[in-house]
Amino acid sequence: MDFQLSDDQRALRSGMRDLLGAVFDRDRMRAAVERGGALDRSLWRELGAAGFFALRLPEEAGGVGLGLPEAVLLFEEAGRALLPGPLVATHLAAGLVKGAAEGEAVVTAAEGGGRPVADLGGADAVLVGGGAGVVEGERLEVLTGEVLEAFVAGAVPVRSMDPLTPLHRVEGRWEGAGASEAYPGALRREGALLSAAEQLGSATRTTEMAVQHAGSREQFGSLIGSFQAVKHLCADMLARTEPARSAVYAAAVTGDPVEIAAAKLLADEAAVRNARDCLQIHGGMGFTWEADVHLHLKRAWLRAARWLTAAEAEELLAADLGPVRPLYSGSAALG
Amino acid sequence: MDLAYTEAEEEFRGRLREWLAGVLPSLPPKPSPDDWPARRAYDTTWQRMLYDAGYAGLHWPEDAGGRGATPTQHLIFLEETERAGAPYVGANFVGLLHAGPTVAAEGTAEQRARWLPPVLRGDEIWCQGFSEPDAGSDLAALRTRAVRDGDDYVVSGSKIWTSHAEVADWCELLVRTDPEAPKHRGISWLAMPMDAPGITVRPLRTLAGSTEFAEVFLDEVRVPVRNRVGAENDGWRVTMVTLSFERGTAFVGEVVACRRTLEALAAEARRNGRWDDPVLRRRLGRLNAEFRALWRLTQANVSESERTGGVPGIGGSVFKLRYSGVRQDLYEAAAEVLGGVDAFDLDREWTLDRLSSLSYTIAAGTSQIQRNIVAERILGLPKGR
Repeated sequence: MDFQLSDDQRALRSGMRDLLGAVFDRDRMRAAVERGGALDRSLWRELGAAGFFALRLPEEAGGVGLGLPEAVLLFEEAGRALLPGPLVATHLAAGLVKGAAEGEAVVTAAEGGGRPVADLGGADAVLVGGGAGVVEGERLEVLTGEVLEAFVAGAVPVRSMDPLTPLHRVEGRWEGAGASEAYPGALRREGALLSAAEQLGSATRTTEMAVQHAGSREQFGSLIGSFQAVKHLCADMLARTEPARSAVYAAAVTGDPVEIAAAKLLADEAAVRNARDCLQIHGGMGFTWEADVHLHLKRAWLRAARWLTAAEAEELLAADLGPVRPLYSGSAALG
Repeated sequence: MDLAYTEAEEEFRGRLREWLAGVLPSLPPKPSPDDWPARRAYDTTWQRMLYDAGYAGLHWPEDAGGRGATPTQHLIFLEETERAGAPYVGANFVGLLHAGPTVAAEGTAEQRARWLPPVLRGDEIWCQGFSEPDAGSDLAALRTRAVRDGDDYVVSGSKIWTSHAEVADWCELLVRTDPEAPKHRGISWLAMPMDAPGITVRPLRTLAGSTEFAEVFLDEVRVPVRNRVGAENDGWRVTMVTLSFERGTAFVGEVVACRRTLEALAAEARRNGRWDDPVLRRRLGRLNAEFRALWRLTQANVSESERTGGVPGIGGSVFKLRYSGVRQDLYEAAAEVLGGVDAFDLDREWTLDRLSSLSYTIAAGTSQIQRNIVAERILGLPKGR
């Protein structure tokens, strides 16, 4: 057993961090906020060229031939940098939708069940589950062309809380029978895991921001990070992040549905609660538009409501306890 | 990242499983929790069986009489023994996990030869004399005095929270040898024989009703100078070696036990119908996530210590902080699963466990001290109040 990142994995992660530092630094991130989250096609192509979407496609299919553990490391960096766009859906669509792997196509996903659909505006394709009774990995519908136009025409834009993620409300026949049955299992599982990895990156980043602020801001003649009331908040942030990290990495290695549920649950909680603690530690500045912390919190809330919610994850994890596993045997739950 | 165990590790696991299946049925029944001599006998019998089978001091270095096992093998050992329902380390705890490793790391050849083999064989039991009534979280404020008199130290003072004091042969004792020096620099580490004149042991009753530990009063107890491990006034550093062992793999068995308890809670809730309450069911689901993550974090910590040469890092504080709180949540959930009068029946295992669990956020460094350690030593925040 060796539960440590390999040298190659470390290099991949730092390569991704360098790339995002070059193509999506803070200035570009804030500019995207002011643009209202409209997708930057050239950034999308740069991600594609770097193998972000083709990472798990086999090499003979033009991909990079790596696995979920490596994908998780890239998505962690994306979450850390607040990288916008339907990253998870387009990554999942690589090999399914023409141009997705290369970053030429923008693909989003409609999970159904009244959940928000992100980044629909400029999307070239939408992934939807193929109706009730979907078996794992089968009957995924990809909406393009006229069908997509009809889908978009029926969707209602909402004023999105997250300035980096435009959202639509989707009604009518696409709402389907509920998210847990309307989306094929394997993709939904992977979506939950990659989304958890983004949450992990965000939780790590807000911990750093909180520590940085607490170590430089003075009040009462002392650095506020020397006060236990503040430093204990920071310690709790790390105590949320590290178990979530172990859960996310382990789930990426095993691909086990229950481990993925645990990873999503804990990473959602770490991202949301760390962002809130980070905001609190920033005091009045944390409540401003100018500080980045609200962007982390809003995105964390949004990710927590997608792919696998806390309620769904907890039910799945409960079903795993003991000999009777009703959710395991059926097509519901994650599968 | 590779979570699979190697062939050698799986072979180690297989042999251990086979051995456990063979010996566990021959163990005598567990003694009453308040019968300390019987508990000692039970725990040392088990230690002797481990010794005879070659599993004693598994993680100790070979030159200390240990097996020089890798951290991963130690993890497997703790996982499998807990899974099989083998006895806990019990009365052997301080000897195997505190005093022994300290002597192994800091003792002279003569001291190692005197103290380590009896610990491994289960012949001698150690207790710990660290905390004092006025030195708890601020351990370095301890005041028990040791004054040189020829070849002896003459020790006076009192210690508290000393487990197994009534049945121990030795006490790893922290004493103040230089009252003038800064508080961390005037402390020494002594091995005190518990049959020395001047020692009075007064058992303390816990809120769970049992006598898990004692106060130890020392009235001019003579301890030979040759029983000092490490240099005079260097005892604080010597002690930190011990405490870093405590925060390493010390909780592996507990995490496995918690996962077993959680499975049992789910089974009981299904039996008594409370499973139909979605709030309770989801609470159990969340605990499943927590203990799965803590297990993976344990594996990550063990992997890390394997890479850095076997010394557990301070990342153990992150683990302990999270684990102690979650384990308390487990027994809160247990009370809800039991429900009604059963949640107040001390003959129900989980009712007593709920009470015992209240110590987890206090013992071995309170959660507040753990947060200070995490914030200052890992996150690099400034010291202060």
